[in-house]
Amino acid sequence: MQLSRDRLLDAYRKMRMIRCFEEKLQELVLAGKLAGFLHLYAGEEAVAAGVCAQLDARDWVASTHRGHGHCIAKGVDVAGMMAELFGRRTGLCKGKGGSMHIADMDAGMLGANGIVGAGIPLATGAALTAKLKRTGGVGVAFFGDGATNQGQFHESLNMAQLWKLPALYVVENNGWGEFTPTEFVVPVADIAERARSYAMASAIADGNDFFDVYEKAGEAIARARRGEGPTLLECKTYRLSGHYVGDTTVYRTKEEVEEWRQRRDPLDRFERRVVEAGLLAADELRRLDGEVAAELAAAVAAAEAAPLPDPADVTADVYVSG
Amino acid sequence: MARMLTTGQAINEALAIALESDPDVILLGEDVAGGGARSAEGVEEMGGVLGTTKGLVKRFPERVLDTPISEMGILGTAVGAAATGLRPVAELMFIDFLGVCLDPLLNQAAKLRYMFGGKARVPLTVRTVTGSGMRAAAQHSQSLYWMTAGIPGLKTVIPSNPADAKGLLLAAIRDDDPVIFCEAKGVLMQRGEVPEGDWTVPIGQARIARAGGDVTLVAFGATVAMALQAAEALAKEGTEAEVVDLRSLQPLDEAAILSSLEKTGRLVVVDESTPRCSIASDVAALCVDRGFDFLNAPVKRVTAPHTPVPFAAVLEDAFRPSAEKVIAAVREMG
Repeated sequence: MQLSRDRLLDAYRKMRMIRCFEEKLQELVLAGKLAGFLHLYAGEEAVAAGVCAQLDARDWVASTHRGHGHCIAKGVDVAGMMAELFGRRTGLCKGKGGSMHIADMDAGMLGANGIVGAGIPLATGAALTAKLKRTGGVGVAFFGDGATNQGQFHESLNMAQLWKLPALYVVENNGWGEFTPTEFVVPVADIAERARSYAMASAIADGNDFFDVYEKAGEAIARARRGEGPTLLECKTYRLSGHYVGDTTVYRTKEEVEEWRQRRDPLDRFERRVVEAGLLAADELRRLDGEVAAELAAAVAAAEAAPLPDPADVTADVYVSG
Repeated sequence: MARMLTTGQAINEALAIALESDPDVILLGEDVAGGGARSAEGVEEMGGVLGTTKGLVKRFPERVLDTPISEMGILGTAVGAAATGLRPVAELMFIDFLGVCLDPLLNQAAKLRYMFGGKARVPLTVRTVTGSGMRAAAQHSQSLYWMTAGIPGLKTVIPSNPADAKGLLLAAIRDDDPVIFCEAKGVLMQRGEVPEGDWTVPIGQARIARAGGDVTLVAFGATVAMALQAAEALAKEGTEAEVVDLRSLQPLDEAAILSSLEKTGRLVVVDESTPRCSIASDVAALCVDRGFDFLNAPVKRVTAPHTPVPFAAVLEDAFRPSAEKVIAAVREMG
């Protein structure tokens, strides 16, 4: 294990923040305070945190409709995110994006994306920029199992391998594409197998184990930075919430969800591992839990108090010029 | 000094200047570099299906990229590259192929800036061939610029001659917004004087291609030549037509259209595309909405019919607008 105490604390804090952020959103929707389509990342925290722990300011990530976790893991400001979800002028996107388009170019976050698979070529383009401008950076696409049936996935992987781009394709296989089990729509046993069509390197990680994701993403990113081309990394994980907030989840059993929640929760597994190994103490983690809760409460209060956008700004920001 | 070049040569020159003057400019598309011929002896590279990019890969080997036949991958990758620091010029061989790659333009390039609250730039140019007249039939002959012009966040330009092609393309590449650059088939082979050196035409400004006081003919791309030909014929009957070459479809130079209408009181708009939801309809609506008091006759639209583009020469010629159809429309106005 190569991570310092500070890096471990940061990883835990981000995972806890993602979990609490999503739980808070659920609560705010039920209280009638938030509008719009919300897709929660709870249960998949180890994927975003494990991959992003290998990234730095040179790197770009492109995300999905389930994008809050990737934002937080890449270091996007939580208060700005919350203000955006409240549709406030102080939001990261001035209230123009909302949950499915939340982005922060300054943090290397190319946006959540409302179109399944559409972030994949965007990250490929970021990798092309990195290669031609010799920044040393990588372009990382996060996407679900469902997106691997889209043409954008196949066209992008083919081009990235041909051009040996510094790209990482992270498929978060959470077992469900909306309300349909993955095996109904994906004929291969492991999505990682799809890399073979493109002679691309691939790996499979336990997506609920931060350390496994961190290690396998690290190998792929090192390969990309050395100019040896892209990797398809399949992280097997689970979506603890429904497809969206308000989903009745009648299509799956409570036992299935409880099995993942009770026995495979990525935060519990992280804690057991670091505490048993004597790397961090449980009370340090509880202190972080408290900090996260306080930061979130402050973000919600600030967002609620923030000014609404000016209706006159509906026509602003369409073009740079003209 | 101006020289005589074809529009295709003028585009090639603009691309070379853009690549030369800015290390962030890249070209990507099917065969734009030349495929396998790049490294072989005794053969030449194609430089795109119409040879427009021929020779550029030799001067800029790292920045002229052949792609697979993967239009969605090409455009999606170009959008991502544009948002992160490059200035890509992507080639969509024919605008008809929008059918397999609309998402990167419709939902990504056009919207990133707005969705991100003004914090992204997508300096992307998409060069694409439009229009009928080459007997290329229904899937290689459409004039779908009305689609891109109707998507907020995109700009769409369409030159009618070699000089404007060079100037507008350089302006498009240097523009910080995504621009669709339409190369009308009827214009690509045209020859004309082209200024040398680094020279741009501002996006959003129409051009008076011929002055006249009796009727305004609004045209763009390949229909400018038809309008000019009609104007010469009408002049012999004593009707002086003013030809307004739009050059840019979005932004649209509304002031140029309205000021010509104010002068002539009559207006015909000539558009290669089908009529529904077209630029022709848009210009007609503008004249009724904001130029009503200037109108001395109904606005006439000369367009293709509401059909796919047919193959047989006699059918395609019947489909296309023409100088004769423009003349007939003017006469009909009385």
